[in-house]
Parts: sequence; structure tokens; C-alpha cells
Amino acid sequence: MALLKVSNLTKRFDGLLANNGIDFEVPEGGLYAVIGPNGAGKTTFFNMISGFLPPTSGKIEFAGRDITRERQDRIAAMGLIRTFQLVQLFKGMTVVENVEVGCHLATSGGVAAALMRPSWYRKQEMGVRDTARELLAFVGLAEQADLDAELLPYGQQRLLEVARALAAKPRMLLLDEPAAGLNTHETDALAGIIQKVNARGVTVLLIEHDVGLVTRIAHRIAVLDFGRKLTEGTPDEITRHPEVIAAYLGTGDSADA
Amino acid sequence: MSVGCVLVVGLLFGAVLVYGGYLITVLQLAMIYGIFCLGLNFFMGYTGQASFGQNAFAAIGGYGTAILCVEYKWEPALALVFSMAAAGLTSLVVGYPTLRLRGHYLAMATFALGLITYDISVQWTSLTQGYMGYAGIPPLGIGPFTIEDERLKLLCLVVLLLIGLWISQRLRDSRFGRALRAISGSENGAAALGIRISRYKLAAFVIAALYASAAGSLFAHVVGFISPEVFGLQMVVVTFTMLYVGGIGTVYGPALGAIVASLLPEIFRSAGRFQDIAYSAVLLLMLIFEPKGLSALAGLVRSRRAKSGG
Repeated sequence: MALLKVSNLTKRFDGLLANNGIDFEVPEGGLYAVIGPNGAGKTTFFNMISGFLPPTSGKIEFAGRDITRERQDRIAAMGLIRTFQLVQLFKGMTVVENVEVGCHLATSGGVAAALMRPSWYRKQEMGVRDTARELLAFVGLAEQADLDAELLPYGQQRLLEVARALAAKPRMLLLDEPAAGLNTHETDALAGIIQKVNARGVTVLLIEHDVGLVTRIAHRIAVLDFGRKLTEGTPDEITRHPEVIAAYLGTGDSADA
Repeated sequence: MSVGCVLVVGLLFGAVLVYGGYLITVLQLAMIYGIFCLGLNFFMGYTGQASFGQNAFAAIGGYGTAILCVEYKWEPALALVFSMAAAGLTSLVVGYPTLRLRGHYLAMATFALGLITYDISVQWTSLTQGYMGYAGIPPLGIGPFTIEDERLKLLCLVVLLLIGLWISQRLRDSRFGRALRAISGSENGAAALGIRISRYKLAAFVIAALYASAAGSLFAHVVGFISPEVFGLQMVVVTFTMLYVGGIGTVYGPALGAIVASLLPEIFRSAGRFQDIAYSAVLLLMLIFEPKGLSALAGLVRSRRAKSGG
């Protein structure tokens, strides 16, 4: 059964059809990708799924529940966690604190618990601290844990966002161009991290520009162009698809871009 | 906060308590403003939202205490708690629609809140006695014990400020505090991690109102007199100065800022008519050379020490 099911999703900005009747399904445990040229509507698609933009029409279902027009934090609470193309770090907080915020959904307790600090709360806070350090080690940022998050170089900020998203214990992870601005070495490391996350049972959907990364790790790829879904298939099928080559990879060249 | 800083503040209070005089009153007011700023810091510092209208809640506290204690002869402590509840409830009702606004719009809306409260306190003379204000408000106390001695009043205020600090510190270093600070860093990022933005903003607003109301009540008891001017625009300007001089968003900054910004004019009193200029110049210099506030200075000393030690 599909964990994420998008039917006939449409977004219209005045005259512009940013997303036009997109149908798409991601099964539980899948590692899927959406690619497309700039302005194809990828980020609009993501923003609608994660509740940051209301669709004009269509339906989004997550784990069998209709989440169309649901509030962002409720969608997140169902286990659908996203990252951003333009990293949204928490300024004024350290690297490890950023990840600790990620534990919000996986923990509980408000003002009263924070003041009284019963034993369960203290245990939970210790758990949060440990989880945050573990996740930083997992993405390779253990040494930067106590730095100001803003001071990280761009590539590491992206990794931090991934670690933060993982702290929320996602059932499905939406990654919006996670490799943007990363060098080859960093992209390779990121590919490894995404595959490891997926192997742990987290469903992953990523939007990418880097076709090399996507064809290497994704099980299945959807191609957007001018707001509509051009095609969908395995990496092999996509890289051989004539329309995709024409629209995205450029005519005439082979597909190992 | 560094040991040195605590030592300096401790010595200052010790000296003032021993020598007494006018500085006791200055420090009493500094403590009251400090409590107000601690609350404001929840909303403006931790959560990163703008409010130019927290003086409204100080007015609720001040007038609540004045009316209940003078007209109805309530116990001061009871009047204080009751006023806080009223201010908290008001902030909840006002905040729910207002906090949908962001940035400058939120600043304008909260500014209006302060102005409206000021106008009410001037115009509704049957309740507030208008410009005349309320005099003869009894000093703080519980049952037969009243705190008349100025030194004792100051000590009592210090204890209350420390409780306020303790609460602020506990809440900041918690799941709740992290959520507030995340909102300050990036609302989108926070929402994507499941933080309910509107609820946390409202919580910070209500906490700020509770602190403000307590400060207003304490002012009424300590000074014994309130009028609309006490909770007017002047209060907004003064508390903003304290918050930024001390270090907005830090735990100790608001209290430190309140002490420093209260004492500075006294230091320059001998400068006569140049007092205000000297005061402003020093404030400007502080903000130029330590834009993150004085508490960052304490942090600086500590981190240098840590580096040279390791």
C-alpha cells in the first residue's frame, strides 16, 4: 500500500500552472525521487505535500489519511518531516541544540514539566541530549556539535538539517534538494546517509537537481516538466526515456550527466 | 554567567544595603524593571517577537493591586496573584488574534494595546482616578507582617527577581524553551518539526504578561503611588533599553540591563544638565561595542579563559 498518495494535485498561481494534475505514489520503505529542470514545480509540489502551501485542487493522502490542507505541524506529527532547499537553521542556537529541537515531536512536556522537572522529564532531557549527539555523529558533524549553527559551512548546514529532521523520528522524510551546493565528496557522503536512513525503514522522497545522485540511489524517479509529470520509472528507464533526455538532460547526449 | 559578574553585583548590593540612602530606591526600581524585562525577554528574546505593549499588563497589575488594596482592603499577596491572573487572561484574549500578525504589524498592534490601556487609565476616572492616580497603596506584606523597612523591601525584591530568573532559566533550557528559540530562529523550520507556532507564541506572550503584571503590582506596593504615566510610553523605552543593553535572548541579560540602565543616570548625576547626554552616549557606546549586550561580555571573559585553559 502506498504510504504517500498524491492524486490530481494542481496548484495555480494566477495565470501560472505550477503543478498540473500530478499523480504520484510512494510505497512504505521506498526511496523515491522527483527531478526536473528549474521552475518545473518541484518545490511547489513539496510545499503542498508538507502543508506549507494549499493546493488549488487535488488530494494528498499520507498513511491512509487525507492531509490536504492540514496544518504543517500536524503533518509533521504524523511522521512526514521535510527539509528545505534554503536551509532553515535555528539562528542563535548551537549545532547540537538545533538537533535537540528536532526531538520535539518525539518528546513531551510543557511549562509545568520544565519547572518541576520530574524524574521522567529529566530522563527524557538526557535522552534528547544523547540522541542529538548520536545523530550528529551519524551525519559526521560530531566535532561541530557545540559551534554556533550559523558558523557552519553551507554543506554542513544541509547535513545538520538532515540530522535535525531525523531527530523527529520521521516515518517519511522529504528532502528538498539536499545536495544543492555540496561538492562531490560531500554529495557522496550524503548519498550514503540517505541510503542508511532508508535502510532503517524510513521512506524517503527527495527532490534533486543532481541527476547523478538520484539515478544512483533512488528506486524510482518521477520527472516534472512545466508543472506536469512527464514520466515515472526506474533510474534506468528514466535515463533512457527520450522525452526526459530532451526536456532535462539535453538532446543528443548520453544520460550520465 | 561568570563569577566576576556575580561578585560585582553582589558587592554593589552589599554596599548599597550598608550605606543606604537614595540608591536603595534606585535598586528597588531596578529590581522591578528587571522582573518586567525578564518577562519581555520570553517574548522578544527567546521567541524573537516584537511587543511594544507589555506596559499594558504592568498597568493591569499596578491598578489591580491599587484598587483591590485601597478600595477593598485586600491582602497584598492575594491582590498581586489576582492581578496576575487578570493580566494573564487578558493577554490570552488579546494575544490570540493579535499574534497572527508578524514583524512590524505585530509591533504596531502591540503598540496600540499599550496606548489603549494608557487611555483607559486616564479616561475611566471612576475606576482609575485618572491623572490623579492612586495614592496610599500599602506596602508588601502577608497577614500582620508588612515590609516597611526600605532595606528589607529591596531584599524582598531581590529574592523575587531571583525567583523570576530561576523560572526563566529553567524554561529556557527545556523542551518548551527550545521550541520558543526555534521559532525565533526560523518559523518554517520549527513548523516542519511539528512545533505549533501559534500556541508557543501565545504561551510566551502570556508569560511575559504575568511577569509584567507582577512588576506593576510590586511597583504599586514599593512606591505607594501609581498614575497612568508610570505605565506609559516611558516604560516601553526604558525597558527596551534595559533589554538590549543587558543582552536580549540571554538568561541574565534582562536583569543585568535593568541594574546597569538604572544606575547609569545616577553615576552621571554630577554632570548636571549634561546628565542625559552622558547617559545616552554611554548607552550608544555599549551598543556599538557590545551589540549582543553586557551579558555577552561576561560570556566573552569565560570563553577566553576556557581557551587559554585548554
